[in-house]
Parts: sequence; structure tokens; C-alpha cells
Amino acid sequence: MSLDSKIPEGHISEKWTNHKNHLKLVAPNNRPKIDVIVVGTGLAGASAAASLGEMGYNVKAFCFQDSPRRAHSIAAQGGINAAKNYQNDGDSIYRLFYDTIKGGDYRAREANVHRLAEVSGNIIDQCVAQGVPFARDYGGLLDNRSFGGTQVQRTFYAAGQTGQQLLLGAYSALSRQIGLGRVEMYNRHEMLDLVKVDGKARGIIARNLITGEIERHSAHAVIIASGGYGNVYFLSTNAMGSNVTAAWKIHKQGAYFANPCYVQIHPTCIPVHGTNQSKLTLMSESLRNSGRIWVPKKKEDAEAIRAGKLKPTQIAEEDRDYYLERRYPAFGNLVPRDVASRAAKERCDAGFGIEANDTNEGVYLDFASEIKSKGRQAAYAQGNHHPTDEEIIKLGKQWVEEKYGNLFQMYEKITDENPYETPMKIYPAVHYTMGGVWVDYNLQSTIPGCFVAGEANFSDHGANRLGASALMQGLADGYFVLPYTVSNYLADEIRTGKIPTNSPEFDEAEKRVKDSINFFLNNNGTKSVDHFHKALGNIMWNKVGMGRNEKGLSEAVAEIDALRKEFYKEVYVPGSADELNPELEKALRVADFMELGQLMAMDALQRKESCGGHFREEYQDAEGETLRDDENFKFVGAWEYQGSDINKEVLHKEELNYEFIKIAARNYK
Amino acid sequence: MASSKFININLKIWRQKNAKEKGKIETYKLDNVSTDSSFLEMLDQLNEQLVSERQEPVAFDHDCREGICGMCSLFINGRAHGPDTGITTCQLHMRMFKNNDTIYVEPWRSKAFPVIKDLVVDRSAFDRIQQAGGFVSVNTSGNTIDANSTPVPKHDADRAFEAAACIGCGACVATCKNGSAMLFVGAKVSQYALLPQGKVEATQRVLNMVRQMDEEGFGNCTNTGACEVECPKGISLENIARMNREYLAASLK
Repeated sequence: MSLDSKIPEGHISEKWTNHKNHLKLVAPNNRPKIDVIVVGTGLAGASAAASLGEMGYNVKAFCFQDSPRRAHSIAAQGGINAAKNYQNDGDSIYRLFYDTIKGGDYRAREANVHRLAEVSGNIIDQCVAQGVPFARDYGGLLDNRSFGGTQVQRTFYAAGQTGQQLLLGAYSALSRQIGLGRVEMYNRHEMLDLVKVDGKARGIIARNLITGEIERHSAHAVIIASGGYGNVYFLSTNAMGSNVTAAWKIHKQGAYFANPCYVQIHPTCIPVHGTNQSKLTLMSESLRNSGRIWVPKKKEDAEAIRAGKLKPTQIAEEDRDYYLERRYPAFGNLVPRDVASRAAKERCDAGFGIEANDTNEGVYLDFASEIKSKGRQAAYAQGNHHPTDEEIIKLGKQWVEEKYGNLFQMYEKITDENPYETPMKIYPAVHYTMGGVWVDYNLQSTIPGCFVAGEANFSDHGANRLGASALMQGLADGYFVLPYTVSNYLADEIRTGKIPTNSPEFDEAEKRVKDSINFFLNNNGTKSVDHFHKALGNIMWNKVGMGRNEKGLSEAVAEIDALRKEFYKEVYVPGSADELNPELEKALRVADFMELGQLMAMDALQRKESCGGHFREEYQDAEGETLRDDENFKFVGAWEYQGSDINKEVLHKEELNYEFIKIAARNYK
Repeated sequence: MASSKFININLKIWRQKNAKEKGKIETYKLDNVSTDSSFLEMLDQLNEQLVSERQEPVAFDHDCREGICGMCSLFINGRAHGPDTGITTCQLHMRMFKNNDTIYVEPWRSKAFPVIKDLVVDRSAFDRIQQAGGFVSVNTSGNTIDANSTPVPKHDADRAFEAAACIGCGACVATCKNGSAMLFVGAKVSQYALLPQGKVEATQRVLNMVRQMDEEGFGNCTNTGACEVECPKGISLENIARMNREYLAASLK
């Protein structure tokens, strides 16, 4: 099958409008005849389910958590981008489009990204209308801040809890539809397979996580909005339950999986504390508006800090290396995430890391300069033109608390150190996955009737996502893209009638699920699921992590293959199938992570270039920056499943064409 | 991390096979717990030990492990989210405990939150309250008015945000001697009552949400203030007062 991205003709600024004008519609009286399934209730899933329910379709929404409000979008901290230009600093739809393409290191589709920028403003309007309490300034208007990879202030926020507020907004819209009976909500349900009839997506098999019952649900279209796959690394900023299963099951049913090797390693997370660590905690990128990142200039200072003999506050200004400001003066501490992460790794690999853990991995994020400068401003604003140092610091701390209070508190609870007094220690961690299920312009996968939205698809962020763009994409897909494109597909389904669930196709899918559950419960192994998940994470982090090379990747492919075989032989899953069984849930998820991990290594191996988050050590310039190969790798790599031997997956290429942006080397200097 | 060390602890944990069967406290000994571990990482360690002994691990709810999803619960030594304030259980760290401590771990206890298994409870009553009125009735047209066309005084916006910071974990209900959900409902009612966008439906909203809250079997508020103390997000009692004012005004219309 060849990949047809279905990008509409015409000028980039008119593509979406023209396309919408020509999409087929379903009349209101026909919508109640049509069923739609939405898997996942994060920003993309909740907004899609709410919008489609409101249009009049019969929607069934599924989430594995105890409530749709728990989806991991809730943890996004910093903000959401929109090209409103409220700050009059030269922003526009074109600039947001351009920044996103450039930030993605020229590996995203122009048409999709432009559409995203076009609808970004509507998202803010919509959310405000829903009662989302964004931060405001004293005039009562919306406030903005800057994020990495941009030189304007276009990020809307609600303290360090923007994801929470947006998700609760989408959850409120979804709750309204549930209350009205237009959406049927299935909490604590996990999708375990896709059902295809005559090549089309016609339903899912889901497990009721409380009773263990295996349920059949049919629909005329299935939307997967199940998030990203960062937990393949075991340690990541994702929630414990975040998984790839829904996306991977549709891959196994024929949906191509695109650019699996594009993973975002976020520069500002709290460093690892020990072997029992279960997850990593992000410190919002918004902190880079105010914090300056540094390590000691002298190795002996770094060593003394690690040995506990020296405190960071004792190191003189001239002995600090603000390496981002040094290397990237134009963007400074606000370079994109992949750039900031690699720069931290470079310093730590060179021996300047400051954290006393196994790997000495950690750098400082220091707020002292900001506390002084904002404290001075605040004193002046109060009419005090000769503030003492103490007054300045007191006012500065107040300012910081108002902006980032919850983040500072979170940091202190985890590390037992007070970041108002001593710099935060941070290090990169796996955060977001740009790769995902391949979709066309309509967000439809290679399976007709199976749509994929939000982080689960691959479409908008290329090889690196800019901060505050994930929330934008999730809501754009759910509120403003899928309602049009899914309707276009469903227009041909008005005569289909209810899809029966007693067909052989449902029988087969249910059997696959039950076989797999029975296998794990009857396996006579000795090791826990977590044991294997950690082993997989280790391989992934060391060989498919921030720095990758041919040797390591080849080893990773073989090691994961071997680990997978051992997993099936040695894993022990207690309990039974007909009860709440978290170990069984984990086993089913880790089985899919094993296959995906192998494919990620294969994808990273074939991409013989460096771009965005994908850094092949063989391909870098003299200054250690990514070296793209546009001649040979300006494509989306979409993998086709060929059975249980992942090595046999076939790579399809979708060539990327840049008609409206001149492709260039990324430069943040 | 300031100074990590390892401690040995005794755990007394509520085990209950399912909603129908009776539960009881079981005792477990767990050694070599890092004081840098979170409370849930300690439970992971216990479960790893149980699995290696071929025993059934303890079921507990958790997801984001950074204090925002609201999924984790747990009554620890008689306190919702354990012996610290302003945090959820996943943010509680073992440095709060000493070597050889005995720690009691129980599920949320409330009529409206039935136990599903071990430490896992059913909080879907909160969802149903939200469905009764916790929203602004605006369709997703994308053609609403420009976000800046209605200024909102910063003071009101900030108060609305503080109320909206509720994570719906249920600590307020679990800690209340009456099993009251008024802090949760008051926070949602307040968020919308404070914003111009929410005012249009204010009357119906408060009546519907309170009706649903009562139907779910939550108790009433007797102003003990325990909910505010244990709320991981510091939701203020003022929100209950505001809800009562809204309710009174709505009832008189």
C-alpha cells in the first residue's frame, strides 16, 4: 500500500478552509444512527468525545483510569501556545507555523502544522468560554509567557497547572455530554484489541478492569487517543499507567507506525534518586523563563559538590558555566528541548555533573538572578527606589512563588531541598513521543475508519516538539479537526445500520485477547513484570536514548528480541482473570512495549542522520549540533507489521515537501 | 537528595478481595526502604516482595505520581494522604518515617466510596456530581467570542483558579466525620460562580450539583474544617461558604 497523505491542494493558508468546505456532512437526523468509539480521555480524546457527542453521534468513551479526569494530559505544567499576538511582539499564524516546523527540525508535514497554527486561537477562545481560569494580568486580560524555541510570548498558562485546567475544561464538556446521555463513559476499561470487518475498523475488545469481563463494543468509527509511549523506557515523566497498547494493537491490525525513534527527552526533570525509583518528575520548561542553567567551570568544583564538600551557592559567578547562554546567545536558556538536553548530557559526560548519583548526572537551574531582578522591579513598583538587598530578595521570592509556587513546592517535597535558597538540580528524562501511528491529513490511519489523535499520532511535531504545543495539538485534533474529518468518513455509513458484535471477526479478536490473558496467568515463570520492564528500560535508555549509534542500536535490536523471548518464558503473573489484577494489566502492556522497543531501535538504526530528538553520534557537526541529511532522509518512516517477528516489519516512506518554508539548518545561536 | 538512608518498617494493610467479601488488616515486614523513596515506591517494593513469594500483591490506585491526577488515595496512620500537609500520597516520602515504625494503610472510608479491592475505592460519585452541572454549556464551535473580549478581574480569576485546582482525590470526604463532599462540590461551584462565563447557569448548576451530591449519599457539613486541613491542594473552606450563598440565592429564585 502506498502512503497517501491526502494533503489538499492550494496555498497553505487556504488548504484547511477549502478542505473543510468540501468534506461530506452527516445530517443531524442521521447522526443518532451512527456509533463512534473513543479510546482515551486526555485532551484529544475528551475533546473529541465531547464534540462528537454534542453533534449527535452515539459516542462510547473508554479510559483505564477510574475517571476521565485522570488522563495524563492533566500533568502538563507550563502552557498552551496560540498565535493570538496579544503581547504585540510580532506573533502570527505564520510564525507559529514556522517555529513549529523549525522546532521539529524539518521533519513534520507543513499542511498539518499550518492547520494547527490556524486553529490555535480558537482553542483559547473555546477554553475561556468553558470557564478555564487562565492566568490574567491586572487589567483582567490574559497573560502570556515564553517557551523554548520561540522569540515571542504566545504561551497561555494557569500557574504550573495548565494541563490540569485544560483537561478539566475538556472533562467538563465531556461530563456535560455524559449527563445528557450522548456519551456513554466506560471508566476502568482497557482496550485490548481492534476489530476489523471487511478491512474497516468496526469495534474494539475491552477488558473491564474491575470484573475482568471481556467486552465487545461495535462502532462505525474508532478514534484512538491513548497518548504516547514514553513508558517503554520504564522511567519517564509519563503516568504509571500510560501505555502503547491501544496504538500498538491497531498497528498489529494494519495501521502503520511512524517515526517511532522520535522521542523527546525533556531537559528539566528531577534527577534519579535510586533503584526503587518508579517514575521521574518534570519541572516545567516555563522555569527556563526565570532560571539559568549552569555547571561549575572547574572540574574540581564539580567533584567537591558531588562529595558534599561544596555548596552551589559558594561558587563565584565567574566560576560558573552558563553553558546554554554561552553556546546559544540568541535563545539562551530557551533553546528547544532536544538542544538543552544534549547540552546537559555533554557537560555531564565531560565530568561537570553535580549530582552524587551513580552517573553524576545533574545540572543546576538557578533562580537567584531572577529573584534579584524581579525583586528590584517589584520594589520600584511599590515606590521604593532604594530597596535593601533583603527587601529585594523578599519581594523577588514572592514574585517567583506567584509564578511557579506549585513547582517549587513539588520540588521541595521530592528532594527535601528548598529551591528558593539553593539552585534546583535537574537532568533530562524521557517525556514525550513525537512518533506514533501514521495518519493522513484527516487523522485517519491506514485502517479505514480508525482515526488517531493527540500524542498517539505522529503528525505535527516532526523530530522534536516545542514546549506548550502538545496541549495545543490535543485540543486542535479533538475539538476542531476530528469533528469534520470523522463526519466526512461517516457520511458513507448512514445506511450501514448497527454493527453486530456476534460476527466471526469479533469472535476472533476476543479469542486473541483471551488467549493472551490465559497465557500470562498460566505461565510458570519466576520473575515479576517490573523486572522485565526495567530491563527493557535499561536497554532503551542506554542504547536508544539521548545519544545513539549504529553499534548500540544493532545491539539493542538483538537484546530486546532476546529479552522478549525470556519475558514470555520467565514472567510470573499472579491472580486471576476475573478480578482487578494490576499485575496482569502491566504484563499485557509490557508485552506491547517489548515489540515497540525493538521497532524503535530499528527505526533509529535506519535513520542515518541526526534530527531533533534523534541524535546519531555519527552525524553531528564540529560543534556537536545535529546534522540532518535532507537528501536521503526527508521522509516520514512508517512501519508495517508483518507478524510476531518485529525484524520483518517493512518500512514505507512518505516524502516530506516543503513548499512554503525554506528548509534550512536549525540555528538557535 | 539531601541524605538518603535505609529503614525497616512494619506495615498493617487493609486487604479485601472484592466489594462483597469482608476485609481485614494484614501485617507485613519490609526491610531496606530508602528514605528517598515515595510512599508508593515503598508499596511497589512490598508488591515486588509479595510477587516473589507468590503472594497476591496489594491493589492500590495511582497514576501520575506527581500529585496532580488525583488517582492515589490511602489513609495512612489515620490521616488522608498521610502525615504531611499539602501533598498527595504519591508525594509522601519515606523520610517522614523512622526505622522500625509501624504504618497503618487503609482505603478511603466513606459510604459513597465503596471499596473495590484492598485499597482501591469507587469514586465515580464525583463524576456523577460533575455530570449534573459542573460545566458551562457551550458547544465546541470554535466561533465563541475572542478570549480577551471579556476581561476578568485578576482577583476573581485567581480565586477561580485556586478553586479549580481541586484534583478530585476525595481526601476531603475520607477525612470528614460526616463523609461530606462539600469541599469538592463547593470548589467546582465556586470556580464557575467567580467567572462571568459561569454566571449564566449559576442557579441551575448549584441546585443540580447539590441534589446529586445528596443522592450519592454524602453527609452534610458541620464546619469542622478537617477537609481543608487534609486537602492536598489547599482548597479553602470559603468555597463551601460561597456554595451555600449560591444555593440560598438559587433556592429563593
